Amino acid sequence: MPAKKNPIDALWDFFCSLKLTIVTLILLAATSIIGTVIQQNRSPEEYLQRYSESTYRLLDSLQFFDMYHSWWFLALLGIFSLNLIACSLKRFPLVWKAVTQPRLVADNALFQTFANTEEQLLKGKSSSEVGEKVSAFLRQHFAAPVLTEQDGALHFFAQKMPYARFGVYVTHLSILIIFVGAIIGNLWGYKAFVNIVEGTSESRVWPRGSNAPIDLGFTVRCDEFSVSFYEGSNRPKEFKSLLTVIDGGQVVKERHPVIVNDPLSYKGITFYQSSYGPTGDAQIQLQATALAGGETVDLSVRQGQRVDLPGGGTLRVLSVSQSYQNFGPGAQLEVVDADGKRSTYLVLKNFPGFDSRRDAAYRFVLGDFKQRYYTGLQVAKDPGVWVVWLGCFLMVVGSMVAFFMSHRRIWVRVETVGDQVGVKIGGSAHRNQPGFELFFDEFKKNLKSELAS
Amino acid sequence: MTSSLFFNITTIAYFAAMVLFIVYIVSRIQAIGLTATGVVWAGFVANTIAIGLRWREAYALGFQQAPLSNLYESVVFFAWSIALVYLLMDLKYKQRAVGAFVIPFAFIFMIWAQLGLNAEIQPLVPALQSNWLTYHVITCFLGYAAFAVACGASIMYLLVIGREERKGNNQGLMGIFPSAKVLDDINYKAIMFGFPMLSLGIITGAAWANYAWGTYWSWDPKETWSLIIWFIYAAFLHARFTRGWVGRKAAWLSILGFAATIFCYLGVNLLLSGLHSYGS
Repeated sequence: MPAKKNPIDALWDFFCSLKLTIVTLILLAATSIIGTVIQQNRSPEEYLQRYSESTYRLLDSLQFFDMYHSWWFLALLGIFSLNLIACSLKRFPLVWKAVTQPRLVADNALFQTFANTEEQLLKGKSSSEVGEKVSAFLRQHFAAPVLTEQDGALHFFAQKMPYARFGVYVTHLSILIIFVGAIIGNLWGYKAFVNIVEGTSESRVWPRGSNAPIDLGFTVRCDEFSVSFYEGSNRPKEFKSLLTVIDGGQVVKERHPVIVNDPLSYKGITFYQSSYGPTGDAQIQLQATALAGGETVDLSVRQGQRVDLPGGGTLRVLSVSQSYQNFGPGAQLEVVDADGKRSTYLVLKNFPGFDSRRDAAYRFVLGDFKQRYYTGLQVAKDPGVWVVWLGCFLMVVGSMVAFFMSHRRIWVRVETVGDQVGVKIGGSAHRNQPGFELFFDEFKKNLKSELAS
Repeated sequence: MTSSLFFNITTIAYFAAMVLFIVYIVSRIQAIGLTATGVVWAGFVANTIAIGLRWREAYALGFQQAPLSNLYESVVFFAWSIALVYLLMDLKYKQRAVGAFVIPFAFIFMIWAQLGLNAEIQPLVPALQSNWLTYHVITCFLGYAAFAVACGASIMYLLVIGREERKGNNQGLMGIFPSAKVLDDINYKAIMFGFPMLSLGIITGAAWANYAWGTYWSWDPKETWSLIIWFIYAAFLHARFTRGWVGRKAAWLSILGFAATIFCYLGVNLLLSGLHSYGS
């Protein structure tokens, strides 16, 4: 039995363990599922509709309704980070030393650690002659070698891509940088929302999960909101707000178009097209013809308002839409004729004859209608986002280096053995050993025939 | 010459290749294995032409969009990606029997797209009108396809390893299966390719989300599931350096990872609600 470790060493070993990494990763994967099955951050009322009160209390006490910010999930992420830092701190100095102070001289003990070595004895040549050939061959077919003369032997060392060993540490560091970026965003940024009615301005936005608005320090005006549809369908093509930014009485951006996937940024605050809706009642232009008398009138009606029609009937617009199913602008009308008979009409702007019925008392032509809209904007300030992108960039570069590049090293020893010259070759790669073997076998064969010539 | 004709040819080719691979395993006639691989190549070419034609057809309708806009298009692109990664693997390893465990994935996705999904070309809704769509989808699916190949190799590994341990060699129906060592290597190499692709897919998705919604991460079910896959394969990669986790456990992690991938791709859209629901 080894001596009992002191608690600090034991803790250090615990956080340096790769088993901990695997277990933490699997736990993170497994627990993350919870938040995809239970909808997050809803109101208690919504949850109580889905779950019984006791289930609700249990899930709530486990913080399952905001699990990605729960103490236990953050603790898992904390362990994950500590593990990553400890592992890297433990191994990095050795790797740094291996790269910055490579072993230039391979002794027999080192040669024994290589899976792949080769020895050759050459007659009738001097060791310096052989050494020159080896040096030239390494330079041409691998990398420029470093020559060390020691104990009468020539030691050549050549390496390729030593920095490949840093790939894994760059990847690990990138994860921590992303975390730092996320924390910066959480501390000094916000996500908020604002609805601006066409023609009006706002200088305050409402952060999520809070009732206190944030003052922007400048004013945003919505000059116009529009939605367009693909021809012949009700599939939206574009949602567009024209925004004007006014700062200190000065117009700094005028009628700047903001569409989905093309936001507006000003002073580190970005506005994203997010939603829209009608506000107030629509004003509708209609032409009504009484079929009995043939009298035609032009009407301008507010939605919901009841107006008189020629021939003693009345009309009320129930609803209007810019895109009635696939037929373009349309309105639903309720008509009460002189006898008190109630009927509804569907009037389509692009299909004026659509509503004509044999028993109809009126014919309508739908003109323009004006509906004021509000635009719903997501507002975000995130000073940490560039830190996150830096982390992402390092992650991509780091993992590419870690996965696809390999630190390859070759040692060659040339020494005089009696009246002959002995050449010993060994090599290793820090990863993708099979790929290195293929290269190294070919390398050894060619060097052998080169030296024999 | 329409895209649907070529999609049909693709489906038939993947089916034929799948049958030929099984015949190859039973008969052990090299020529059949070679033919099967040739048929996959033919299917891959047809699949490529079909996607290209569909792209042109969308432009002819006036929609300036890459053919990656709905579930149908993503499924046929997934089949294409699987065939691509399989063929790259085949060029390197020339282990024909692996096709019997990978090409069925490509076939299942093609036949599902052809029979079960709406192939109508529809214009993009505003949320999807972004160049990020192309980068995001391509990186994700190359990653997913690599995981499909890794999963196929892992299933074979689990079939082979028991026999190898008992008899020391591998006879019978699995006589032409690659050795456990080679299968383990294929599994690892495929994930080594897939993992950076998945990372890129998540990053491009985050960049796009930030550009479209102002938040690069919102724990939406699709995002979370992609992270779950990332955790699983990260565990796999570290398992290789850990005693007690190599071999069978690593193979199971790879299969689990692909199951999670399929759930992330399809299960989330079909069963859970979230930002990606327009993808269906």
